[in-house]
Amino acid sequence: MTELRRFDVKSLARVEGEGSLRIRVLDGAIEIAEFSIYEPPRFFERLLRGRGIDEVPDIVARICGICPVAYQVTACRAIEAALGISVTPDIRRLRRLLYCGEWIQSHALHVHLLHLPDFLGAESGFALAATHPDLVNRGLRLKSLGSRIMEVVGGRAVHPVNVAIGGFHRPPSAAAIRSLVPELEWGLAAAVELVAEVSRLEFPGVARECECVSLRPEAGYPIDEGRIVSSGGLDIDAADYTAHFSERQVPWSTALHSVRLPGETPYLVGPRARVNLCHDRLPPAARAAAGSCGIEFPLVRSAESIVARALEITVACEEALGVARAAVADVPVCRVEAPLREGAACHATEAPRGLLWQRYEIGAGGLVTAAAIVPPTSQNQAMIEADLRAMLPGVLDRDDAAATLACERLIRDYDPCISCATHFLRLTIDRGR
Amino acid sequence: MTAKPRLAVFKFASCDGCQLQLLDVGDRLLELAGRVEIDHFLEASSRVVPGPYDVGLVEGSITTRDDVDRIQEVRRQCRTLVTIGACATAGGIQALRNWGRIDEFLAGVYARPEFIETLATSTAIADHVPVDFELRGCPIDRGQLLDLLTAVLLGRRPHVPGHSVCVECKAHGTVCVAVARGIPCLGPVTQAGCGALCPAHDRACYGCFGPDESANLVSLTGFYEQRGTPREALVRLVRSFNGYAPAFRAESDRLEAGPT
Repeated sequence: MTELRRFDVKSLARVEGEGSLRIRVLDGAIEIAEFSIYEPPRFFERLLRGRGIDEVPDIVARICGICPVAYQVTACRAIEAALGISVTPDIRRLRRLLYCGEWIQSHALHVHLLHLPDFLGAESGFALAATHPDLVNRGLRLKSLGSRIMEVVGGRAVHPVNVAIGGFHRPPSAAAIRSLVPELEWGLAAAVELVAEVSRLEFPGVARECECVSLRPEAGYPIDEGRIVSSGGLDIDAADYTAHFSERQVPWSTALHSVRLPGETPYLVGPRARVNLCHDRLPPAARAAAGSCGIEFPLVRSAESIVARALEITVACEEALGVARAAVADVPVCRVEAPLREGAACHATEAPRGLLWQRYEIGAGGLVTAAAIVPPTSQNQAMIEADLRAMLPGVLDRDDAAATLACERLIRDYDPCISCATHFLRLTIDRGR
Repeated sequence: MTAKPRLAVFKFASCDGCQLQLLDVGDRLLELAGRVEIDHFLEASSRVVPGPYDVGLVEGSITTRDDVDRIQEVRRQCRTLVTIGACATAGGIQALRNWGRIDEFLAGVYARPEFIETLATSTAIADHVPVDFELRGCPIDRGQLLDLLTAVLLGRRPHVPGHSVCVECKAHGTVCVAVARGIPCLGPVTQAGCGALCPAHDRACYGCFGPDESANLVSLTGFYEQRGTPREALVRLVRSFNGYAPAFRAESDRLEAGPT
């Protein structure tokens, strides 16, 4: 007689947005592991059509309240390329500072309030605050630091108002940036301490080799530009992205799944992929922290993403501190004039959750005629399902509650941002009883 | 000792940015968590305690048939229901579909539109259930959110101004971008609350907080049109994050249909 088990997680908690998971097990074999995004579609790519290019940074910010800068900076870079302009080194440095603020607040939130509760057996960051107040307070302070950077450079932490095609609407104040130095010095020390703490955690799950994909710039840690590289030997320009990656639609999700071509295989983007591919590019303090904690690359378990995030908070604090210390005078010209012309181009940056690719076509009058956006979560979705399939045989002997928790933990390892998956989980484990 | 008030946060179609404002209030967050029972806040906690709740914060707009039913249940479970942000109060940027054809929007993004369950419109929460208070903004302001929660806990009125962004610019001594630089700015018709951020960054207000209580849009757009802003650009200006708020909606429709 066949035995059928079904597990359902209808609403995943501690992820950004709305998703569910459905698993069907027939005679001990996993039949279906579907990670679905039921975040209702908002049609960003379509609603950008007919809007002015100047409006694009403000509109794409609204794809995600936790990583608006990633969407803004990627859009600006793509549109600037289409217009044939490039920004000055000063503007690029300020954009990276803004982007560092976003990495710090996004990673600090996930590490302390969403992910650490799983390792420490708490149901939330609020519950963790009762048992580990210093830890949670440090997380909130780091998050506030990231938000403060975004306010100083971008005017606002959620949906910054100061980002423009060609640079910034108003030059950020050098004095305000320099005033961030003391808190950034604390932040860097706190991040190094965090790396040591999370590197001592116990990491459940299966060690799995997977194809990691990230940007790799000519110099420095990947944030705002670079060639797209992979642990499988890929090394391409962002313009060739669609020749090597494809989005496909699955019936159980409103987010498109991305796969590597030609084999249609899953791949990993995000903090763990970035440190695995670019640990040689860690700046001195982050590298020293990784070395003194004995962290070995590649990080092969999904739960080890918490180590990658802690390292990247260190990277971002280190870079931001350098920029803040060097901010002696306002950048007088903070916006490069953009000519009105038709054109098309794409660009990729590293959002907190991974590779973000966008392409725009600009028509007459500076209006968008076509837009394409591939967010990190839709790229990781196939990887999450593959990881679930690998993990499930090991947890099927547990009761439904324990098996479900193991699945939820695995999904949270990826910090999926469901709102971002523009076009994510309900857990259903079908054991057929 | 009386029981702590029970707080719930619900999400519909949105970017999560307004909920995040609650997680971004720094050390005030743990103070708040000590004063209320956070019984339903999926983005932050696995702890889900069934209702009824004293206060429900609702983020996002209604865009699916399931959501039409879910908001009725949310309303039944919440003694005080507060909508937070432009999506919940006006339909959000995703309400741009309301002026288009949904099949064409679906085909524009998905190869297999038949797998996608969506309504033809994105609408505000108040279009479906009675709402006790609306907090404006795209995103909402952290200070206004804390004031609102304090007000609800104490049973007083929230201190949320109904005047326009212009008042904030004057209070801060920000030079008027519309007058001094001739840039079409929505500040005169947009509710205050952001701190007049955009004009302070040398750019025009784009209406994040939606129409203020005495907005005269016809007069304002007429002024900008006289000064040379093309009608299509004015339609786009008014038709954005709060474009489906009644006053903004009526004006962009009038501009689009009106005499040339």
